Amino acid sequence: MTPAPPAFLRFETLSKTYDDVHAVRDVSLAIESGEFVALVGASGSGKSTLLKCINRLVEPTFGRVLLDGEDVLAGPAPLIRRRIGYVFQGIGLFPHMSVAQNIALTPRLVGESLTDARIAELLELVELHPAMASRLPAELSGGQRQRVGVARALAGDSHLLLMDEPFGALDPITRGQLGQRVRGLHRELGLTTVMVTHDMAEALLLASRVLVMDGGQIVADETPSALLAGKGGLVAQALVEVPREQARQLAGMGE
Amino acid sequence: MSPLLEAVLNLGPQLAEHVLLCAAAVALGIAVALPLAVWSSRSATVAKVALGFASLVQTIPALALLALFFPILLAARSIFGPDLPTLGFLPAWLALALYALLPILRNAVTALANLDDELIEAADGLGMTAWQKLRLVQAPLAAPFVMAGIRTASVWTIGAATLATTIGQRSLGDPIFAGLQTQNWVLVLAGCIASAGLALVADALFGMVERGFATRRPGLVIAGAALALAGIAGAAASTVDWRGDGRENVVIGAKSFSEQYILARAIGSVLEDAGYGVEYREGLGSAVVHNAVASSAIDISVDYTGTLWTNTLERTDNPGRAAMYEKIVQWEDANTGVRVLGRLGFENAYGLAVTQETAERYGLSSIADLASVAPQLTIGGDPEWFERPEWNAVRDAYGLSFGDQRTYSPTFMYNALLSGEADVISAYTSDGRIAARNLVVLSDPQEALPSYDAILLLSPRVAGDAALADALQPLLGAVDVETMREANYTVDRQDDKWSPARAGQWLLDRIER
Repeated sequence: MTPAPPAFLRFETLSKTYDDVHAVRDVSLAIESGEFVALVGASGSGKSTLLKCINRLVEPTFGRVLLDGEDVLAGPAPLIRRRIGYVFQGIGLFPHMSVAQNIALTPRLVGESLTDARIAELLELVELHPAMASRLPAELSGGQRQRVGVARALAGDSHLLLMDEPFGALDPITRGQLGQRVRGLHRELGLTTVMVTHDMAEALLLASRVLVMDGGQIVADETPSALLAGKGGLVAQALVEVPREQARQLAGMGE
Repeated sequence: MSPLLEAVLNLGPQLAEHVLLCAAAVALGIAVALPLAVWSSRSATVAKVALGFASLVQTIPALALLALFFPILLAARSIFGPDLPTLGFLPAWLALALYALLPILRNAVTALANLDDELIEAADGLGMTAWQKLRLVQAPLAAPFVMAGIRTASVWTIGAATLATTIGQRSLGDPIFAGLQTQNWVLVLAGCIASAGLALVADALFGMVERGFATRRPGLVIAGAALALAGIAGAAASTVDWRGDGRENVVIGAKSFSEQYILARAIGSVLEDAGYGVEYREGLGSAVVHNAVASSAIDISVDYTGTLWTNTLERTDNPGRAAMYEKIVQWEDANTGVRVLGRLGFENAYGLAVTQETAERYGLSSIADLASVAPQLTIGGDPEWFERPEWNAVRDAYGLSFGDQRTYSPTFMYNALLSGEADVISAYTSDGRIAARNLVVLSDPQEALPSYDAILLLSPRVAGDAALADALQPLLGAVDVETMREANYTVDRQDDKWSPARAGQWLLDRIER
């Protein structure tokens, strides 16, 4: 009998404490290549902290994170981060660089440059016109900026995409469109994606696996259909109840 | 050509050295402040200490900061050897660089601290190293603010650098100090116009660079920086001695009053005739001069026996004129290696002077007469006077207790006496204004005030130069007090004012006759 191949991403008894507060408490978890995982929970449930332990924006107090079987804490932080795409609510496009320069940053850090054709291709992946390449971030709308943010995260050819409330600051229409585009990219590029969101509806619509966090621990680990079928426990069901209730009310108003 | 324009156009060498001094000081300020700012952005403790220190430096008056570097460098000689300069460029450069530190450091620290957290998170998340983050993100975004700090520092430095004159560094302060002492307002104005003009030009150029950074127009940055560098290069080129005959100059020091300027020029003229190259360090603080000559920072100075007796030998007794001179000659020889070449012939003693009118009203002829009326009177003195042992001696000997005491620069002291703001002043007996304004110098029956023979001092560096001593020989014993008063008055009077150089030449002509 051959041993099962190690999981693509693995958390082992991970804890993070700030002063006396447990942000993450003894989390063990395996994520396989190709999964689209949503981390859902209320504010302060520890979901962002857990995510940032992967690319070392947060260093754990105890336990470890293994990426492709290697401890992410081995070696310098910049090296591991360059292998991981990172998109966050703040977007963080550099205002003194054009769209093209922002997208080309990760390759530039290792001394490589991107061709105009590759930048155009990346812009098209996030449904932006290639002519946008020469614009400055200040000239773009919020949605366009986050599309550039996603293109930048993909420019390093990483297979792991981390997203921390990526669509939190966007209007609902843009938010829906960009969510679907990211879902498409996940499939087309064969990515493994971990997305933090407080919006259960978004998680259910985009993810293949939903982890519900509460008080620093994972309290539910279900597929969207299982959650919709009532599984996952009280906390998870309370979160699922929010969009469901909204849908009922909307349906009632239409009658 | 108007005298003012002529005076401004004559400031070429001062302008060039001023530019170089300020450029060097701001450059050193930047070189220290920027790494410190980066370090501060990574450690709150460093930020607190660095900003606290820079702010503290800023509270020290610029003049005092410049003066403080003299003893500091003198002490540093025990580490760096006796060739370390203690006056001139080095202390001025260090003091001004310290002064330039605060605006650059504060702006840079503030700019780095206020960078958007999201941009820093993005930079980290993308996998930038600390250096890449600094180079690609922090430096470009902080650049306009850092440049604004450099701009402020430059304008401050250009202004403060005029004070470098007092520690023997040629600058645009030369005409200001010389003009202030001799009441030559054209010179003062010329110095002010030149330094203000320089500050405006620097402000405009660095403003251009700052705007270039802020609006991301590299052309503006390059143009502004190139123009500034061209100006500095031009200044540097103009100070190079292209003839390169390499002859060693003799440096003549002068304290900041007319007599000293005149004698320095007279000595310089004699030495030039004897084939020496000559430089002047004028407007030096009185206390600095003896240290300067003892440390060979300057080579020749004119000092006064009473001044050295009380300040340098720290004696409080009064052995009489001849004995005091002999004692000083021996003491210098034994302790500093300074050679006292001889006496010039006149005394420039401290005395208490009143107007003719005051003398008559209170019946004053000696200092003893002052004691009973002193409480109704105001005494004015130069900035040193009230700190000097002579003042203590004369005050205690006669039991003087004045109603009020005020400090004036020597020039303004006489104006204060004539305008009635002061009733009694600490006058100098060789001052041309005593005779010209009909002042009464009160006699000193108790001999509380020591004698002040003008003596010529040679630094240890040139003490053994026989040719130099020979050249200066004709000056010894040759200048009587009437001649000195007359020469002083040509420079101090309001109308038909002479330059110290012209008065010095006049003095030499008078001696030869």
